Parts: sequence; C-alpha cells; structure tokens
Amino acid sequence: MSTNSANGETNRSLASRLRSRFEGPNTIGDSRGFWIGFVVAVAALAVYPVFGDGSQLSLFMVLALLGLSLSVVWGYSGVLSFGQVVFFGIGAYTFGVVSINFATPGGITAAVVAGVVGGGVSAAILGYFMFYGGVRDVYVTIITLVSTIVLQTFMAQTAGSEWAIGEAALGGFNGMPDIPLLTLGVEGASYQFIYNPFPMRIIGIGAVEISPFYYLVLALLVGAYLGLRVLVNSDYGRVMVAVREDEDRTEMFGYNVTRVKFVVFTLGGALAGLSGVLYAARNVYIDPTVFSLLFATLPVIWVSIGGRKSLLGAVVATLAVEYLRISMAGELALVLLGTLLLVTILVLPSGFVPWVHEQVVKARLGSGEAGGADAPDASSEVSD
Amino acid sequence: MVNGINLALQFLDSFAFIVLAAAGLAIIFGIMGVINLAHGEFILIGAYTATLAVTQLGLPLVVAMLVGGLVTGLFGILTERVIISGAWPNYISQRTLGRDVIEPLYNRLADSMVATFGLSLILTQGARIRFGNSIDQIATPFGAISYGEFSYSTYRIVLAGVSIGLLVATYYLFTRTEFGMRARATIQDKETAQAMGVNTDRMYMLTFGIGSALAGLTGALFAPVISMQPTLGDQFLVEAFVAVVVGGPSVVLGTALSGGVLGAILATFSNLYGTFIGRIALLVAALIALRFLPDGITGFIEQLRKRRQESE
Repeated sequence: MSTNSANGETNRSLASRLRSRFEGPNTIGDSRGFWIGFVVAVAALAVYPVFGDGSQLSLFMVLALLGLSLSVVWGYSGVLSFGQVVFFGIGAYTFGVVSINFATPGGITAAVVAGVVGGGVSAAILGYFMFYGGVRDVYVTIITLVSTIVLQTFMAQTAGSEWAIGEAALGGFNGMPDIPLLTLGVEGASYQFIYNPFPMRIIGIGAVEISPFYYLVLALLVGAYLGLRVLVNSDYGRVMVAVREDEDRTEMFGYNVTRVKFVVFTLGGALAGLSGVLYAARNVYIDPTVFSLLFATLPVIWVSIGGRKSLLGAVVATLAVEYLRISMAGELALVLLGTLLLVTILVLPSGFVPWVHEQVVKARLGSGEAGGADAPDASSEVSD
Repeated sequence: MVNGINLALQFLDSFAFIVLAAAGLAIIFGIMGVINLAHGEFILIGAYTATLAVTQLGLPLVVAMLVGGLVTGLFGILTERVIISGAWPNYISQRTLGRDVIEPLYNRLADSMVATFGLSLILTQGARIRFGNSIDQIATPFGAISYGEFSYSTYRIVLAGVSIGLLVATYYLFTRTEFGMRARATIQDKETAQAMGVNTDRMYMLTFGIGSALAGLTGALFAPVISMQPTLGDQFLVEAFVAVVVGGPSVVLGTALSGGVLGAILATFSNLYGTFIGRIALLVAALIALRFLPDGITGFIEQLRKRRQESE
C-alpha cells in the first residue's frame, strides 16, 4: 500500500500524496517513524504464526474489528453504543443461518455478505429509531444496553424445535453448532479458509503450516484500520468529530447531525457484523453469550483503555486486553480487568495509546529533533 | 378467567419491583448526572448483607434489612469519595504530587458509566470469589394468602406497600426538608448554590449515599424472594434504566409515574404472554416513550404546565 515512505526522493511526491490520505488531525502517528513502525508491526503479525499460536491471535484480531467499530461510533462521533455486540451477534447468527441452509461455496460467500448486511441493517433500524426519534446522549447508551439484554433473553429461549430457520436451529442456550467452514468464492473456484493449513517451506526454518484464516483476518484488520483512517481524516470524518465535540454548533453550521450519526452508526453496525461473521466462522459455533452483559461491555473496555479517540488504540488495546484476559483465566481476571478500566478512566481518560504518543512527541520535542514535514504538532493537539 | 385480582396483584408486584429497582439510580442520575452502572451491584451488596446478617449473625429480618441499606449507603459514600469525586485520591496526590489525579465524574455521563462498570465487574467477581456461586437464602416471611384456587405470597404485597412508603419518604426528604432544598439547589445551579453557602460537595456525597442506601434497601427487601447469586443485580438493571429513562427529570414523581405505567405494561403482557414478552413490551414501551416524549413523562408534564401558564 502507500506505506513505503522510505522510497526515496524519486517518487516522493506520489508517496507523500498517497500517504496524506491516511494522515490528518484525527489520527495519531503521521511521522515517517510511525509508518515504518506500522509496517514492522504488520510484518511481525504476519510471521507470528510461524513461531507462536496463531489461532488465538486470529480470535483477538477478529475482536479488534469489533473494537474498531466502536471506536468509530463512540470515539469519533460521540455515540456511546453499549450494543455493538448486538450487531456482532446478529452478524454471527445471520452467517450461521444462511450458511447452514446453503452450505455450498457460493452460499457461504453469500452468508458472509448477509452477515455484514444483517449487522448494518439492524444498526440502521435501531439507529433510525433512535436518532430520527430525537434520542440523545446517554439515552442512546441505555437503549443499546437494553437491546443487548433483550436479545440475550430472546436468543436464550429459542431452544425449541419451532425456533429454526430452514435447516438451522437457533438452539437456545446451547447455541448453533455445525456452522460450515468458511469458504469464499463460487462453485469451481473457491477457497476454504479454516482447518486448511497449507504447508510452506521457509528458508532457515524448514516446513511450516500456515493458517489461511489467520491471514484473511490480518488482511481485513489492516484494511479496515487503513480504510477508517482515510474516513476519519476525510471531510466527512471532520464532520463526525465536530458532531462529537458539539452537536448543536455543528447543526448550526448547516450539517445534518442526525444523518451523520445514523450513517456512522450503520457503518459501525456493518463492521461489527463482519467481526461477528468471522467470530462464528472461526469457532464454527455461536451461542447467546455474545449478547451477555459482560461481552457487551468488553468493546467499551478495550476502546476506553486504548483511547477511544484513536483507531490504533482500539486495535492495540483489544489485542492486549484479550491476551491478558485469556492468559489469566483465573478468578481474579475480571477483578483486574475492572480495576484496569477504573484506573484508566480516572487517571488517563484519553487512554493509553494517545498518552504514549504524547510522551513520544514530548520526548522528541525535548531533544530538538522535531520539525520538517513530520512535525507532530496538530495531532497531539486534537487527539486530546 | 385471567382474573382481576391476579392481574391487580401482579401489577402491584411489577410496580414495586420497578420503583424499588429504579429509585436509587434515579436519585443519583437526576441530581448528580452520574449513571451508576454498578447499581445492580449495590443492590447485590444490600441483599448479601441482609441475608448474611440473618443467617450468620441471627439478626431479626427487619433489622438485617436496615443494616443492608446502611452498609450499602456507607459503601456508596466511600465510592463517591474515592471514585466519583476523587476527593480522597486527590487529597493524597495534592500532598505527594502537588496536583489532582482524578477529574470528578460529575456530568461526564459516558465516563461515569464506564468507570462504574469497572466497579461493577470488581464487585460481582469479588462476591463470587468471597462467597462462591450462591449463598444460603432466608425464607420468604409471612406465608401466602389464598383466594379461590390461587394463592399469592403476602410478602410481595408488603413489598408494594413498602415501595410506596419509600417513595413518599423520598418525596418528603427532597421537597420538605432543609437537606432537600439544598440538594435541589445544587441540581439547579451549582455555582449559585455555592454562593448561597451550600456545601455542594457534601450534598453530592450525601445524595450518592442516599441513592446507594435505597439500592441496598431494595436488595435487602428482595433478598427473600430472589436467588442469591453474584449476578443478581443484572435482573434489576433493565427495569431500573427503563424506568429512569421513561420517568424523566423529576426524580420521585418520574419514578412513581413510570413505575405505574411500566408496571401495568409489564404485568399485563407477562400475565398474557409470559415473562419474555413482558420484557420485550417494556423495551418497546420505552422506545415509544422516548420517541414521543424525549424528556420522559415528567418532562412532558412540565412542558404542558408551561404552555398552560403562557396561554393564561
């Protein structure tokens, strides 16, 4: 992509023009050093499965998409949705229902699309009702929270045989097993992504097996991150941030605040739906715990800890918090998570990643190396 | 026949449940602009304290319930001092670092929700670690009354009476006493209240304590009729939030009215179609109410009153 900023003087103008689409006051990390670090980080993620447990990291990356969706909705447009898991779960269940009924490569591909659309449409319906109904601020949060709990109650009682859509039984508490393996393409030209490792010979290491699902998720995550960077640094992104900062004033400037919130909420729902599809596909199983209060608040935790006004923060914090949460699966995990959340909100309200960025900027300014095209002044000002 | 007595009793039951679940949350939200997502866990503290006071210490039930409310109230004050206003941590940091580390959560709705959710995680899991997945329960007092082929727990009728009594007491406290006047002055205009000599900081602390004590008392009152597990607070959360949203800005009147309206909806739909549909109906009612009355029932009443005054 446009990240090869080290190309040299020859095509500098083209590279910097491409790069500028990804940069702006609404994201942190505009320096050349950041982009080099970014490429290094993606490369590290790409080689990680050769050495470590890629299957767990793929789950974290799936959830990072969910974190990103909340970051856009809450961090950039100021709509705190406690119900991102509603769209996540609807995406997952839609994928399950459609793919079980049409278990052919083309059908499963369509199921992926249906899951994303399902997440987006359900967000659009709820969003239409809320935003065009004049529901604001904390009431949006409460309605999304209540929706989560209602969906959990609903899905938990779908155990009977009357709760089946075509071949797919919803299964109540027991969930929906036997979701087909994720396959993309059409009959004759398709590729199956799960449990389908392909062996590779790497010089110096020897034969290793590579999980194609891992790379699919990595590509989607990097794509979503860069795509959202373009969005939030575009003119539309500036309007989103204006809505977050002061709805009434933005309205006075002639922007349709209601529509902005509606569109962003729908987009966030679709992204959460995609995350849900990948979650269901990875586990080949889905159950109503995705609507539980605990799961509903996890995205809020990730995004708060990482820094809600930072896309990078959402991704980094999702990976870090989930890693912590899984690795200390003891009784104290939730207590520590709660403490971390509490302390972050109280002491570092803007989150860890913006704080780290601030320290880096300060250190660089202090050593007198700042300036030139990469001067990070604007970003540090606005990301607060 | 789905008989009238049954429906009336169920209405009383739903009304009591909604009013009791919402009262503490409504006071803290209405006066301080803080959404306490740990509300359910405050109810849990009250329920556990009362239950343990009976089973471990052998206190009489009524005393144990008051203890439950008191302990939760004190815990609420602690929470307010440490987390919501950050007064104690800031006191320490002023002396060690020379600056505040915590910005108070007043009128920072989203942040207050997230922070108190952190607290709720700690409390739920803490209760699980300390007491396991359930504790011994106290028996439901008073037995049951029967009519025809039905019978109904007397205790639930008592609960309805208590809920009305609490509403009246809260109303009295906030409208007829010196404390209530100061508290309301603090909501209306903090700066002016301060200028008039109201210690707003102390008002916030006491209000949070009272809201918490009400939550604890709710838990204590329901302790004999719900199962004692660390997640019991979740059962109250939906009803509490919906009632606060539908009630609107006037705390006591709003809670009473939304308790009445939502109680009727919940009772009717649960009676006819089961608990699940009852809950769905509650949510739909809240959505419709917010669609047409964005400031809740009391906001709507206020609007009507203003319009009438203008036309006169």
